[in-house]
Amino acid sequence: MADILFIGLSLGSILLLIALGLMITYGAMGVINMAHGELVMIGAYTAVWCGLLFDMNMLIAIPVAFVVAGALGLLIERLVIRHLYGRILDTLLATWGIAILIQQAIRLQFGLTFFDVNVPGLGPGLQNLSVPHWLNRPFDVGGFTVQPYRSFIIALTLVLVAVTWWLMYRTRFGIQVRAIMRNPQMAAACGINVKRISALTFAYGSGLAGVAGVMMGGFKTVSPEMGQALVVDGFLVVVVGGVGSLLGTVVAAGGLGEINGVVASITNDILARAVMYGLVIALIMWRPAGLFSFKQR
Amino acid sequence: MSITRRNLIKTSAIVGAGALAAPYHFIRPAAANGTVDVGVLFSLTGGLSIIEKSLSDVTRMAIEEINAEGGVNGMMINPIVEDGASDPKTYNEKASKLVIRDRVPTVFGSYTSASRKAVLPVFEKRRNLYFYPTYYEGFECSKNVVYTGAVPNQQLSNFIPWIIENLGKKKFFIVGSNYIYPREMAKVCKILIEQNGAEWVADEYLELGHSEWGAMVQKIKDSGCDVVLSNVVGDSVVAFYREFINQGLDHDTLPICATVTSEIEIQAMGPEFAAGSFTSFPYFQAIDRPENHAFIERYRKFVNDPKAVTHHALESSYFQVYLWKQALEKAGEATPEAIREGVKGQEFDAPGGHVKVDGENLHTYLTPRIAQWGADGQGTIVDAYPEPVMPLPYVAYGETPDNLYCTAKGLDTSKL
Repeated sequence: MADILFIGLSLGSILLLIALGLMITYGAMGVINMAHGELVMIGAYTAVWCGLLFDMNMLIAIPVAFVVAGALGLLIERLVIRHLYGRILDTLLATWGIAILIQQAIRLQFGLTFFDVNVPGLGPGLQNLSVPHWLNRPFDVGGFTVQPYRSFIIALTLVLVAVTWWLMYRTRFGIQVRAIMRNPQMAAACGINVKRISALTFAYGSGLAGVAGVMMGGFKTVSPEMGQALVVDGFLVVVVGGVGSLLGTVVAAGGLGEINGVVASITNDILARAVMYGLVIALIMWRPAGLFSFKQR
Repeated sequence: MSITRRNLIKTSAIVGAGALAAPYHFIRPAAANGTVDVGVLFSLTGGLSIIEKSLSDVTRMAIEEINAEGGVNGMMINPIVEDGASDPKTYNEKASKLVIRDRVPTVFGSYTSASRKAVLPVFEKRRNLYFYPTYYEGFECSKNVVYTGAVPNQQLSNFIPWIIENLGKKKFFIVGSNYIYPREMAKVCKILIEQNGAEWVADEYLELGHSEWGAMVQKIKDSGCDVVLSNVVGDSVVAFYREFINQGLDHDTLPICATVTSEIEIQAMGPEFAAGSFTSFPYFQAIDRPENHAFIERYRKFVNDPKAVTHHALESSYFQVYLWKQALEKAGEATPEAIREGVKGQEFDAPGGHVKVDGENLHTYLTPRIAQWGADGQGTIVDAYPEPVMPLPYVAYGETPDNLYCTAKGLDTSKL
């Protein structure tokens, strides 16, 4: 049973890893960022590239991926999203377009060469991210098999949640973000530089996606399409948890992960996903604003 | 000119009639000016492009080689390359375009069963010819398709008995992606497992493209099986092998024996995750023949990648062009019917060994081989049939070499 709960927990932490960045961009800025999955993919490619070119460990690639994805996020915000605040459906379309652009760019660039430089070991579009050896050798602790890689993902996710919580609730930046979340006009009237704070928030959310990408690369194929499927799950968590609620996102990710893991262990994976989606539909009908939402006036 | 309703109707009628008649006026003869057009239809974009682009490349390479040698009967082959975009509907449209507008007598193409099923009606209705290079689930009989990949009996007929005898395994856990190929393969597996006095403890499926294997690997652990037979396809293969090692399972004690995992998936997952596991295919990059070494060399040069890997579907994509060339030489005229008659019984010395097209069901005789994967991402051939094995697409339904279900006359449905 402990094994099953552990799998659920690790599923939940992966969901949370993806949803955390989305929660910030969607919650704080009302941007449905369809390119989030592509930022995850960029993170994974950054890690692959770090390994190939600089012989860097996956762990060192995490901050690099954060910076690269964050910078790309900032660029996207500056070029496109900045002009679309308050137009939620337009941001959906625009970021969907950006997602396709990024995907195709990666496909063209990572074919066999990178910027026309032939990189030895760069395969035909499918890359693998080498995981440090000690991260995929399980060991026993009191009869319970510890899986280092999954444990590592859980630990990293907890750290990211803690950092995000601290940023949002214990810093000046966080107060400004929360003020913008509630009422951007009022925040602007109070002297908050809404544009600047929004751009930084978006970059931070994108950076989180990059970190998620490095971790996803550890057990998935790194390919141009890897991000697409993840976004749906991410939004699922954000919507169930309540838009912009950190606590809600954590609870929803953990709950959905456990449900998925337990049902998959008892029956099968296909049914588990159906059950999970069914539950999400029921939950949204019961609480349209999500589990933990702001009181609206 | 102002547009009146009468004018509009009149113009539309003329344009419409013109459009209807047009294709019949602008048809090029199939073999004009000393060239012969062929279709090359693989996905160059989308999720399957990673594998299918290599198939498209190797097809063009074969065509270039033949042209460099002087073509077929003095005619140069002109490949018309189309993109199936990893989407069955696009496949269908592009196949129609190649057959109807370009009037090609043959199309080489597609990797998945889904795309083959999507283009099949086009080739049957237009009486054209399709060369399909991928190993697949069998259970198909068409006069308009030449199948050059393995069918289940060519991948499993030696594999299952070998696992039971040489690895001493008795309890199979069959795992696959949830669609037609793995389910049909599982059917054949179960028959062979029972025939050989072993048992299967479970068969489980995961959605195609799904990459969360936590619960499934847990189940494999708890099931008490001593060997895993994997028909997992695509991206999921990588996640599966990685999770398998991450949960502490070991190919030495509980090996994965696979029917899809090829050099390309091994490269994508990192060879250390597959080291020690097995795969059954008629072709491996590691086959030690001068023809194969030369083939790998040429392919790497063609795609300008010194580390490119070759695999089974890639090899059959290559040699099927040569089978087609020989068929055309024999037939003398570039019509689909003539080429089909010409291809029957054609033999060729492919990179992986001798191949021959069966005159009855248009599938190909191939040599089943088993390889164990090493830490370098290459397979060591641990077992091989002495000679090519007859293709039996309906083996799961009781087809034997003496009792063929699929013959030149068509499928004998009374036997199913």
